[in-house]
Order: sequence, then C-alpha cells, then structure tokens
Amino acid sequence: MPQRILLGDEAVALGAVHAGLTAAYAYPGTPSTEILEFLLDLEERHGGPHAAWCANEKTAYEAALGVCFAGRRALVAMKHVGLNVAADPFMNSALVATHGGLVVAVADDPGMHSSQNEQDTRWYADFARVPCLEPATQQEAYDMAREAFDLSERFGVPVVLRLVTRLSHSRTSVEVGEAREQNVVRKAPQPSTWVLLPGNARRQWQALVDRQAEITATMAASRWNALTLNAGRRELGVITTGISRNYLRENLPDLGWEPSHLHIGAYPIPADKVRALAAHCERVLVLEDGYPYVERLMRGLLPPGVAIAGRMSGEVPSTGELSPEIVRTALGIPVRAGVALEGFVLPNRPPQLCQGCPHGHAYTSLKEALLGYGATMVTADIGCYTLGALPPYSAIESCVCMGASIGMARGAAEAGFSPVAAVIGDGTFMHSGIPSLVDAAAANANMTLLILDNQATAMTGVQDPLVTSSRLREIVLGCGVDPAHLHVVDAHPRKVHENAAVLKRELDHPGLSVVIAVRECKVAAKKRARTTTAVTS
Amino acid sequence: MTYDIVLAGVGGQGVLSMAALIARAAMAEGLHVKQSEVHGMAQRGGAVQAHLRLSDGVIESDLIPRGAANLILSLEPVEALRYLAWLSPAGTLVTSANAFVNIPDYPAQEEVLRHVRALPHAIVVEAERIAEESGDLLAVNTVMVGAASHLLPLASASLEGAIRTTFNRKSEATQAANRVAFAAGRRAAS
Repeated sequence: MPQRILLGDEAVALGAVHAGLTAAYAYPGTPSTEILEFLLDLEERHGGPHAAWCANEKTAYEAALGVCFAGRRALVAMKHVGLNVAADPFMNSALVATHGGLVVAVADDPGMHSSQNEQDTRWYADFARVPCLEPATQQEAYDMAREAFDLSERFGVPVVLRLVTRLSHSRTSVEVGEAREQNVVRKAPQPSTWVLLPGNARRQWQALVDRQAEITATMAASRWNALTLNAGRRELGVITTGISRNYLRENLPDLGWEPSHLHIGAYPIPADKVRALAAHCERVLVLEDGYPYVERLMRGLLPPGVAIAGRMSGEVPSTGELSPEIVRTALGIPVRAGVALEGFVLPNRPPQLCQGCPHGHAYTSLKEALLGYGATMVTADIGCYTLGALPPYSAIESCVCMGASIGMARGAAEAGFSPVAAVIGDGTFMHSGIPSLVDAAAANANMTLLILDNQATAMTGVQDPLVTSSRLREIVLGCGVDPAHLHVVDAHPRKVHENAAVLKRELDHPGLSVVIAVRECKVAAKKRARTTTAVTS
Repeated sequence: MTYDIVLAGVGGQGVLSMAALIARAAMAEGLHVKQSEVHGMAQRGGAVQAHLRLSDGVIESDLIPRGAANLILSLEPVEALRYLAWLSPAGTLVTSANAFVNIPDYPAQEEVLRHVRALPHAIVVEAERIAEESGDLLAVNTVMVGAASHLLPLASASLEGAIRTTFNRKSEATQAANRVAFAAGRRAAS
C-alpha cells in the first residue's frame, strides 16, 4: 500500500477523494481549513474533484446537499462553531433521505487555540440523530472518511466526522488505498422525501427515529469500538474516545500494566460494551478530548453501579484539551520533571497584527475619531482584526460570533447608547454581516459600521475573497445604506487623520453610516506576488 | 528508539519549515514521524511551537509528554526558554542567539542568554550572522538544523539530502547558500 505524509485534515480530504468524492465545499476556520486547501490544490493539479470556498458554512452545507440530491458524494467541512451556522441545513438534512453520500467533517478546538468556545460536535450528531465517527489517528481519519460515505448511503443520512485540533494539525504517514469511482448523476428517486412539508416531515422524522435501532447496532458493532478486558485485574477500566487513546497508550509503559479498555470511535456509543466494561471493573476512568459526552451518558440521573472518574468528578480538568500529562495524572502516575527556569519570568508573546497591517492604521483612525466623547462603544467581529482588542490598540470591545458586530451595534444604539461603532472584515461581512446590515439600514440605526476590506480571509491562511472591493460597495448600497453616508477610504498610514475625520463626522450623524477602509492584507500581497512570479518563471 | 524535539520560535520565523526539514530526513531513513503544528491565530507574530517525534517504532501521542523531549530547537532565545518543562533533564537546548523583539517587555538580551547558558546542556548559535555569511539571511532555519545535526539520530547526509530536496526548485544561489548554511551551523555547534 502506498504511504502519504498527511495532516489529519489532509487525510480526511484524501479519504473522501478515494471514496469517490464529486464535490467539496467549506468556509475556512481553524483547525478545519486544510481539508479544503488540500482539495483545492488537488483540483488545480488534477482537474477534480470539485472544491470551492463558500460565503459561509450554511451555504457550503446546502451546496453539498445538492450534490447528494443529484446522487453523488459530497463533503462539507467546517470548524465546530461553523456547524452552528450550518445547523439549520444540518438538522434538517437528517430527515431527508440523502441519496449520494454526505459527510460533514467538523474540526473541534478543545483548549480554544483559535476559537471562542470548545463546543463538542458529538452532541450535534446526537441531536440530529446521525452517526458520528471520531478518528484517533491520521490513518483512521483517512479510513473513516472513506467509510463515512458508505454509512451515509446505507442509512440515507449525513455522517459526521469529528476531528480535534491535535489530530487535524499533526502530520504523519498514512497508508492509502485504491480510489473508488464517483457515483453517476442520478437524481434522488423520491422527491417527496426531500420536501419537508409537515406531512412529509412527520413521516421522515418517524422513519429516522425508527432507523435508530439499526444505526445504533451497526455503529456499536463497528471495528472502531474495541473492548479489551484484563481478566486478572478489576480495579480500573479506561474508556477513551478519539485521540485520548494515544495519550493512554503513551503512558501505559509507565503504568506498568494494561487496564481493561474500551475505545470508542463510532457513535451512537456502544452501550453493551460500556456495560460490559463497567461490570468487569470497580472504577472506570473516562478520557475525552472535549466535553464529558460519554461520561454524562454513563452517569445519567440515578447513581451509577460503578465508580466513574472523569471531567465531571474532577480526576480530569473540567475544561480544556487533554494532554499526555493530564492523562498521566488521571492514571495516578507522577508527571516527569522537565528542566526548571529559576528566578526568571518570561514575557508573554501573544499573537499580534503584522508590522504595517492596514487594520492597525484603521484602528488608529477609529481611536482618534472616538476621542472627545464620554463613553463610546465598539463592537467587533472575528478575524485578524480581533487582535485589535489587545494592546497597543485596545480598540474593540466585543467578539462573539461571525457577524455579531453589526446586530449588536444596532441593538446598543436602539438601547440609547451613543456613539456606537461596529468593526467587521470583508470576509466576515460576506459570511454573515449582510443580513444584519439590512436590519440596521431598515431601522436607520444610529451607528457607524467600519468594514475593514483587506481583500483576504487572512487569519485562516489568506484565502481569496469571493467578491472584489468594487462589488463590496455595491452590496452595501444594495442593503439600503444611504449613499451620502457611505464612504470608501484608503487605510494608508498617511491617511490616518483624514480617515479619522470621516469617521468622526459619521459618528456624529444621527443614523446609519458605513465606512469601508480598503487596503490589501500584506501577507496576501506577498502571496500574490509569489504566485505571479511562479507563473511567469 | 524515540527522539522528541520541541521546535520553537515566533510566528513567521519558519518553525514549521525547520520541522519539515528534519522530518523529511527522518523519513528518508525509514523512521516513523509525527509532527504536530500550530496554525491559525497563534501564528500571527506570537509564540509558536511544533512537536516533532521520530521513532523506529509506533508513535502514540502527537504531543511530546512533559519532561521527555531530547531536544529544544529554537529560532529565538526567549522562546527557547518557554518550553523547558518539556525538556528532559538529559536533553539539550539549541537556540539562535538572536532576539526577536516585538513585545514591549522583552528582557535584556544578555540576561536571556545568561539563563540559556546556565542550563546543563545548551548551545547558542549566532544564526543570523552565519546565515548572512552563507549568502542568504533567510537560511537561518538551515543554520539551526545544522547546529542540531550532531544531536539528531540522523546521518548528516540524510539532512543534506532533505535540504537538497526542499530547495531544488529554488535558485542556484539559494541552494548553495543553504548547503553552506548547514555546514556552517554544524561547525558552529561542534
């Protein structure tokens, strides 16, 4: 079998390709971005399968769903909070009889390396009542991606592939198999199973619930759920899910014996195997990189018949990602001493805007414009410019979810606060800022929106924008913004004061105004220069 | 045999390219490799680390356990000190002497280097000067791989091969500078 060196994300992408993928859609988000990056590169070099960035996770999901409707296999990829955006099509696609295979690859970020929460996608799969696979290794990521398409077509539901940061962003060799042919174009045979009018939806929901017994039995018996009982010793059993198995195995040589062990890689959980482990052991330690999902199911409401140790009882920290040390401590093995640094406090080095970043110039203008008012409010959004919350700028005051800046500013203005400014990047504006701007324009909310147009989705590795700067202006006007209060300015360092004056004037205007500060991301400019050079040389 | 390396630096310095060079050489020798990287927000001018594990057997954890690293290889002296909890007491720290100052409270450089040199096994390399003398200031990563080459469980020829493969589509000048940079880094740490 040929070997490839792949990131966990890339292993998912290649597994999908080898499963006969026809098209993949995504919105970039750490740690999921490299799934589609890999497929875009593949398409560029080999002409397929089709891969495309979308405006947001919901539009990406719906495009993937259309591929399935046409009978072919589709992958949609996103980070965990992206599934919130795509939750509507996700939940409802569980009810339609998906035709071509649909795999939803979601990368969770336990420990919040690059995210605003650490929600666990296994709950979403449970909520939608669809199967979920959780790889522990890059090899499993490849194998499970392939298998997920078969499961999806067998049960007529989307299948979730849950990844975590450390797997997504770790690279190792993966054995790859033969590629399967793509499905032919063949429309779903019964359109009524796709028309979720109440009458159909009730029937489809009942069918999904009725299928649960078969889905649960199939997933429980999956080769990814492995139970090993240690006949000689009963004091401890361990349940691992996903990558926590690696941390267990890393520490077993120092534990000196092998406790009974159930590994869960396929959901719904294998209840019989959990019961068999619990019946065999006096105490069960549950190790999950994410929420205590299995642990909570095990505990239920009534006292369990076995001692359960995990995040809920404190043996494992209640939040944050797992590590070899946390698992080591939970197993009762002392953590190895490293090298100590005596009498010297290291300074922190938080991420920051690049030297000469146009966002920095825009923030300098905004801060200057806000001088002279008493209290001011600046809501903001998600991207590189969120780093403007940190010194030296300390220019923004909120970051909640994609697109929230505009709606929050409108609400604060209508609550009577003034002046209110909202800050959003061009990518985030296209992702989910537009509907809120329609609202704000309809209400003529007393706020100023500053759109930082750097012509890139920079934070996730500089993806190209879906619309150019000139069209961005037209979109803003199309939302109903008064042209007299729409300004396009250049976020050049020499224009900082000039731009501050524009912002100040519009902050004083008792109604909605929009200022678009245009200047290309420096990293994007470098990347484009490189690409051009490569093409010409 | 398992050999664990924590690679450190500041986002944008090329921590990942340093890891990729060593990983490439290790795979050419038939070793198993796991390379855990940091992407996204943390890359923007902040502290960046990568874990690289080499083994002739199965590698379980993508992360190196604390107190287990054989080597810290750093492009920046403050960043070198940040991960000492991962370094085995028998392990070695190899760092560039050159400070990357992008924070207001960066300590006095002599004090940083004094703490580095006070460690039981530490090697400080004038990486920027050596890279410049080799003909390419961007070859700092290659200098550092050269400096670590005595400690890595890899033949020098494998590392040189990885450098050839990595830069074979670059200009002849870049290729030559990296060859010189590796050799000079290796000499500087001998």
